[in-house]
Amino acid sequence: MIAYLAQRLLVAAATLLAASLVVFAMLEVIPGDPARLMLGMNATPDALEALRNEMGLNDPLPVRYLDWVAGMAALDFGRSYTYSVPVIDLIVERIVVSLPLALISLALSVVIAIPAGAFAAQRRGRAGDALSMGAAQLGVAIPNFWFALLLIYLFAVWLRLVPAGGFPGWSAGIWPALKALLLPAVALALPQAAILARVTRSALIETLGEDYVRTARAKGLPFGTVLWRHALRNALIPVLTIVGLQFSFLLAGTIIIENVFYLPGLGRLVFQAITQRDLIVVEGVVMLLVATVVAVNFLVDISYAVVDPRLRAR
Amino acid sequence: MKAWTILAAAATLTLFGTSTGLAARTDLVLGMQLEPPHLDPTAGAAAAIDEVLYANVFEGLTRIGPSGEVLPALADSWAISDDGRTYTFKLRSTVKFHDGTDFDAEDVKFSLDRARAADSTNAQKALFAAIDTVEVVDPVTVKVTLKQPQGSFLYNLGWGDAVVVAPESAPTNKEKPVGTGPFKFDNWAKGSAITIVRNPDYWGEPVALDRAEFRIVPDAASQVPALLSGDIQAIPNASIGDALPQMQSDPRFKVVLGSTEGETILSTNNKKPPFDKLEVRQAIAHAIDRKAIIDGASSGIGTPIGSHFSPANKAYVDLTGTYPHDLAKAKELLKQAGLENGFSATLKLPPVPYARDGGQIIASQLRDVGIDLQIIPVEWADWLKQVFTDKDYDLSIVSHTEPNDIDIYSRKDYYFNYDNPAFDKVIEELNLTSDEAKRTELYKQAQKILADDAVNGFLFELPKIGIWDAKLEGLWENSPIQANDLTKVKWLD
Repeated sequence: MIAYLAQRLLVAAATLLAASLVVFAMLEVIPGDPARLMLGMNATPDALEALRNEMGLNDPLPVRYLDWVAGMAALDFGRSYTYSVPVIDLIVERIVVSLPLALISLALSVVIAIPAGAFAAQRRGRAGDALSMGAAQLGVAIPNFWFALLLIYLFAVWLRLVPAGGFPGWSAGIWPALKALLLPAVALALPQAAILARVTRSALIETLGEDYVRTARAKGLPFGTVLWRHALRNALIPVLTIVGLQFSFLLAGTIIIENVFYLPGLGRLVFQAITQRDLIVVEGVVMLLVATVVAVNFLVDISYAVVDPRLRAR
Repeated sequence: MKAWTILAAAATLTLFGTSTGLAARTDLVLGMQLEPPHLDPTAGAAAAIDEVLYANVFEGLTRIGPSGEVLPALADSWAISDDGRTYTFKLRSTVKFHDGTDFDAEDVKFSLDRARAADSTNAQKALFAAIDTVEVVDPVTVKVTLKQPQGSFLYNLGWGDAVVVAPESAPTNKEKPVGTGPFKFDNWAKGSAITIVRNPDYWGEPVALDRAEFRIVPDAASQVPALLSGDIQAIPNASIGDALPQMQSDPRFKVVLGSTEGETILSTNNKKPPFDKLEVRQAIAHAIDRKAIIDGASSGIGTPIGSHFSPANKAYVDLTGTYPHDLAKAKELLKQAGLENGFSATLKLPPVPYARDGGQIIASQLRDVGIDLQIIPVEWADWLKQVFTDKDYDLSIVSHTEPNDIDIYSRKDYYFNYDNPAFDKVIEELNLTSDEAKRTELYKQAQKILADDAVNGFLFELPKIGIWDAKLEGLWENSPIQANDLTKVKWLD
C-alpha cells in the first residue's frame, strides 16, 4: 500500500511539473506585450522599456520559469502585471465566489438530476420517461446565457426578488451574498442537471438488467424499493464520474454566466487576464486547476485501491 | 477607523433621508463595461482608470471641462511669459491630500518630474516632452520653463495622466489612490466594484453625493436589466445596441446621445503598395458609404467625419464632401493607378463591435469597385503588436479616442506610415502658437491636408450613449476627455 501511494504521489508531482512547463511555454509564444497593453497607443518607447523592466519581462525565459516554479512551491504565485498585487490574493478573492457557486449549482444539479433520471428509468418507455427526458433534451439545448437572461427578466426585473447581477461580498452578510448567487447557480445547474439525468437513466437501466436485481425482485421486493435501494447505488459510479468532471468545469469554466451576472469569479479573472496579457495570473490559475484535477484523480486512485484489494497487491 | 465613521455617518444620513422623505438621495451606482487594471491615472492608458478617478479623486493644475475647455483646478491662476516659454502657476493654498498631508509646490514639481523622468511609466509621456525645468518659487508658486513654446501646454496639463500626486502615496496609488479631489477612494472589490466617498475636507465646492459606486457590468446584454431592476442608476457609456429604443421610450430613464473624441477610421498603411498611391486611397474614400457604416456598425448614431478631427471641437471643418460616395469615380481612379482589375488586401479587425461590424460593411463596399478584402479578426494584444507596433497590415479599423490627437500624423514611424513635410510644418507651427484664432486656422489647415491626402478612410465620430435615471442630473453629455466627472451630479427629488 505504501509503495502504491508513493508511486501515485510521484506521478502526481511529475504531472504538475510537466503541466507547468507546457503552460509556461504555451503562454510565452502568444503574441502581445503586456506593457504595451497597459500604456496604450501613445506610449513612448522609453516608458514601455521602463515598465517592462518593472514587470520583470526583460529577464531571460529560463530564469523567469525557474523563479516562477520555485515561487509556486512556496505558494507564491508571483505578482500580477496589471493589478500589481500578489496573484494568490487575486485567486483567493475570486475563489470565495467561484467555489460556493460551483458547490451550490452542483448540489442543485444532483438534487434535480438523480430523481429525474431514476423516475425516467422506472417508467422506461412510458409517458413519464418521455416527459422527463424531453425536458432534459431541452435543458441541454437551451444556451445557458439566454436562460440566464430569462431568469434575470423574470426574477430581478419583473418580480424584483433578487438583484440582476453583481456580488455584494460575504462581508455584506450570508443572505445577500447567497441571493446574488441563486440565479447564476440555477442557470448553471440546469444544463448540468440535464446531462446528469440522462446519465443516471442509462446507468440505472443497465443495472436493472443485472442478476441481483432479478434476485431481489424474485424474493418479492417491490420494484420501487429495488430501484431506489439496490440498483441506484450501483448505478452511481458513472454518475459520480460525471459529477467530478462537472465540478472542475463549474469552478472555472463559467465565464459566460459570470459575465451575464457580472460576478467576480475565477472564470472572469482568467478571461480578463488573457485579454490583458497578464500571463502570470493566467499561469497561476491554470496551475491551480491542474492541481485540483490532479488532487481529485489522486483521491480517486486511492479510493479504487481501498475498494479493490487487487490494486493494492500490485 | 475614520473611513468607518464616515461610512456610518453616510449610512445614517441615507436612512434618515429615505425615512423622512425630505432629503434627496445621496448615493449612486454607475455601471461600466471594463474594469480598470489599476487605479493610478499616471501609469496606464486604460480609459477605465480615468473614468473612475479623473476630477473625482485626482486633480491636476488645470482640468478639462464638459465642453473640452481648460479650467483652473489646483492652479488658481497662471501667467505666461511673452516668449511663451515660461508658465508661472499660483497654487491654491488650502488643499490637502486624502491622507491628510498638505499639497504644495513641491508636490507639483514631484509629479511633473516623475512623469517625464527616464524611468517614467506614464502612458502619455509625450505630453511632458516640452518641459525643460520645473522650479518651486515658494510653497504656492511653481515656475515651469519649456524648451520651446507649446500652444497646447495648459490643455496637456488637464489630462488624467498629468494629475498631481504626493511623493508619500505615489508608489501605492495603483491599489490605494490618494489625490486631492472632492471624493476619496473607499474600496475596490476586484472584478466587482469600486467605491468612492465624499471628501469632507475638500478645498472647493463640496459634492452632493455621499458615495458613488462604479460597478463592473462586462456583458452588454446585462446592462439593460441592471438599469430596469434599479440595481444600477446610470451607465454613462452604454453599449446596448438594439435595446436603445426600448430605453428611449421608458420615462424612468434619460437617454443622452453625445459625442466622444473617438475618430473611427479605416487605418491605411501608406507605405505599402498599392496604398502608397494617392489615387488608390482616393478611390477607397470614394467607395466608402459612411451612412451605411454608421447604420450597420453604430446603430445609426454617430457623426460622419471627413478628416481626423472631432465635430465637437470649435476648430472643426466638415470635410465629408472631399471625396463623396461615387463608385464610378472610384473605379476611374483605380484605372489611373493601373489597377483597373482591382486588387486584394487584408483588413485586420480588433475585437470591438464597431470594427467587426464596420469591417464587413467596408469589405462589401470595396468589393463593388473591385477591391477584395480578406478579413482577419485579431485580439487587442495582437492588434497592438501586428498592426500598431510592427506595422504589418494593409487596412484596419480602429477608433482613436485620445482628445485633440491630430498631431499623431506628424509622428515619425507612426503606424499609418504617413509622411508629409507640409503637414509636419503646420503641426510645428501649431505647437509654437498660443493665440486661439491662429490655432483654429492652423487646425483647419491640418484637417484639410489629411482629408485631401486621404491618409485613412475617415468614417465617423464614435458616439457616447449615456443612460441614467431621469431624476439624476449633472452627468456629462459628451466626453471631451475620458471621465465620469461626478462633481456636479445630484438627485432631484
